[in-house]
Amino acid sequence: MSGTATRRLSSMTKEQWKELLVKNAIYIVIFMIIMFIIISEPSFLSANVFRNILTQSAVRLILAFGVGGIIILQGTDLSLGRSVGFAAVITGSLLQRADYASRFYPDMPALPLVVPLLIACAVSAFFSAINGWVVAKFKIHPFLATLGMMITLYGVLSIYFASGAPGPQPIGGFDTRYTDFVIGSTLGIPNLVIYAAIISVIVWVLWNKTTFGKNLYAVGGNPEAAKVSGVNVSKTIILVYVMAGILYGIGGYLEAARIGSANNGTGYGYELDAIAACVVGGISFSGGIGKVSGAVAGVLMFTVISYGMTFIGMDQYFQYIIKGVIIVAAVALDAKKYIKKT
Amino acid sequence: MQEYLLSIRGVSKSFSGVRVLNDVHLDVRAGTVHSLMGENGAGKSTLMKCLFGIYRQDAGEFYLAGKPFNFTDPKHALENGVSMVHQELNQVVQRTISDNIWLGRYPTKGPFIDERKMRADTLALFHRINIHLDPDTPLSRLSVSQRQMVEIAKAISYDVKIIVLDEPTSSLTDNEVNTLFDIIGVLKKQGVGVIYISHKMDEIFRISDYVTVLRDGNYVGTEHVEGLTMDKVVNMMVGRDLEDRFPPKTNVPGDVHMSVRGLTTKYPPVVHDVSFDLRRGEILGVAGLVGAGRTELMEALFGVRTKVSGEILIDGKPIANASPNRSIRNSFAYLTEERRETGIYPLADITFNSTIANIEAYRNRAGFLVNSKMEKDTDTQVKAMRIKTPSKREPIRSLSGGNQQKVIIGRWLLTNPDVLLLDEPTRGIDVGAKYEIYQLIINLANSGKSVIVVSSEMPELIGITNRILVMSNGYMAGIVDTDTATQTDIFNLATKYLNNSREAEV
Repeated sequence: MSGTATRRLSSMTKEQWKELLVKNAIYIVIFMIIMFIIISEPSFLSANVFRNILTQSAVRLILAFGVGGIIILQGTDLSLGRSVGFAAVITGSLLQRADYASRFYPDMPALPLVVPLLIACAVSAFFSAINGWVVAKFKIHPFLATLGMMITLYGVLSIYFASGAPGPQPIGGFDTRYTDFVIGSTLGIPNLVIYAAIISVIVWVLWNKTTFGKNLYAVGGNPEAAKVSGVNVSKTIILVYVMAGILYGIGGYLEAARIGSANNGTGYGYELDAIAACVVGGISFSGGIGKVSGAVAGVLMFTVISYGMTFIGMDQYFQYIIKGVIIVAAVALDAKKYIKKT
Repeated sequence: MQEYLLSIRGVSKSFSGVRVLNDVHLDVRAGTVHSLMGENGAGKSTLMKCLFGIYRQDAGEFYLAGKPFNFTDPKHALENGVSMVHQELNQVVQRTISDNIWLGRYPTKGPFIDERKMRADTLALFHRINIHLDPDTPLSRLSVSQRQMVEIAKAISYDVKIIVLDEPTSSLTDNEVNTLFDIIGVLKKQGVGVIYISHKMDEIFRISDYVTVLRDGNYVGTEHVEGLTMDKVVNMMVGRDLEDRFPPKTNVPGDVHMSVRGLTTKYPPVVHDVSFDLRRGEILGVAGLVGAGRTELMEALFGVRTKVSGEILIDGKPIANASPNRSIRNSFAYLTEERRETGIYPLADITFNSTIANIEAYRNRAGFLVNSKMEKDTDTQVKAMRIKTPSKREPIRSLSGGNQQKVIIGRWLLTNPDVLLLDEPTRGIDVGAKYEIYQLIINLANSGKSVIVVSSEMPELIGITNRILVMSNGYMAGIVDTDTATQTDIFNLATKYLNNSREAEV
């Protein structure tokens, strides 16, 4: 009896080892890639690179939180990029230098910095709320609802973009108060990193310490259970989309200054980066599962890899192959965690 | 009407023109258990969903302590002291026990959730009803019966006046059923009205004060449990006397057909070292408690579950059955336990559902499927099994449980199997249809097919099998002759390895 028990125990440990490896395989692979980068170019390990990576991650992280909440609801959001683009164009159009030659609104007085932020967030939240409403009320798959919104938003955004005084041309010449606010530093820390950190804390509290957060996970995990327990499922869904919209608004606001200009192509494809980062960070498409730390890890890993590969001069197209493989591998390993073995 | 805590008066409900409830009454007194009985499709769950605000009735009224009410949604019902344990476990398995229990009414401190209170309240609740689980455990780590106990704990955690238990014991062990009945006793003393829905007669007679029977959406009657007999209830439910619940066993087992030797599976829940012989024309029952590994044994035989050792011999020749596909080619058929999850294609029609397991057989030379052949076979099965359906183009979802089950059995018969593995073939099926399924199983054995029947209902195993294999915690505890064994023998075998394997697991 004790003999078999011991044997069972040792075989279980082996299984557990294997499980541990499989569970963390994606992190191990990414770690190996990073090691490879460091070995080929030891100067990668520098404060400056570290700073750049964090700065580049900041906006992506904010966007990942937005779509991450929607993924926890078993959804997805293809309109993220266009929403960010719209927010960037709105912000840019409202915060140009007084002496800039081709201003969007030639007679616009210098606005307080917070006004464009609020407008950008309100517009993004409005369109995102429509997504949420369509998904909640008409039970349309979020992929389709947001696909429609992505295309619609591009139209709306382009019309707005073309309506400025100088016509459809990139919006630049930003007010220095605005650019300092976004790309400046405080006590040596890039402001963008500070904003991303603050938003991470807020999102963490919202997801983990409030009724809204608990309902988010419940509706994402099993909407039927949430419903019979008295949760207002539609309201929860719409709120999650509104929250995503606000985060896209903030992202767009920061992105215009980060890039230094905005046009109707700004933000194009951002949704895919954000979704990929969430998935690599363990926010599961099957719903109800995902952590703030996961989104942070996913975004950082992606940025480190793309920054690092560029750093060592790797071919751009080859980078795409690696990123693509990482995404699918991450999803496959994630699925493996939840598939019951028989 | 004041004497009743809850009064349901003349409720009717139709779905797309089909009347599923017709002028139904139910009066529940405070401090009593009122059982609601009826065959599947009699309208019990629909009535409860109307009460709970999930559906809106077309006609009729509800009164709570004499006051008319109509709940607009589950939240509204819960706020008014009406809670319900649903037949399907509606839980967020990714989340913890306490997250699930307080879902929809989290205690807050300012804008934040009061986690400490949640945990303390959960522990207090568990203490009250004798559950020993850590509130922070995710539900995905619990067994189905533990999850069911959590669901029951949740239902009583509301300040309830009326509690509806819809088949609460379907996956509970006997001990847990006893705990549940103790809880119900406490609720009764507190003046709660309990509406209890179950197919298990012994439970009904053990805990009910009143029994109301529905048939085909109609109210049949309400009786005090004293003086009520099982026959009377069955009579009320099916509208006729069932002379015998089981058809005569006319099958005669022949030579050994299949031998299983030392079958052991790889992944948990593990089946250890199972060996038995199955004779041609024999009906072998498989008994055991929840979690004993009965379904896992079937899955291992059919190649759903990975085997590590042991062999399966057909007429002395070893076969691998490494995948369901291979098993079907080896003339095996497997009727799964969860009809809705793994049996039916709900939106597809009867023809599709009947022919899908045998689809290769309907190709012509060019490799295309021939509709007429499929329809002909479907017609044959519909007729042979007396499947009640408006047409073979009907989506299977719209059929009753019993008729769905017949379609699935028909599906397997079309593959012309020699060995049939039937896992809970009468689960969720009404009394009348059960008899027909029993007859079907005996007919199959009569025609020389070898049948294994897994069942949680002891009378059923005793009623139709020749021998019974008893599983206990993943191990085979023994095989008994049905004619000579008593229920006590079987129960003793079923508990044989309970302590044993617990030791091994720790």
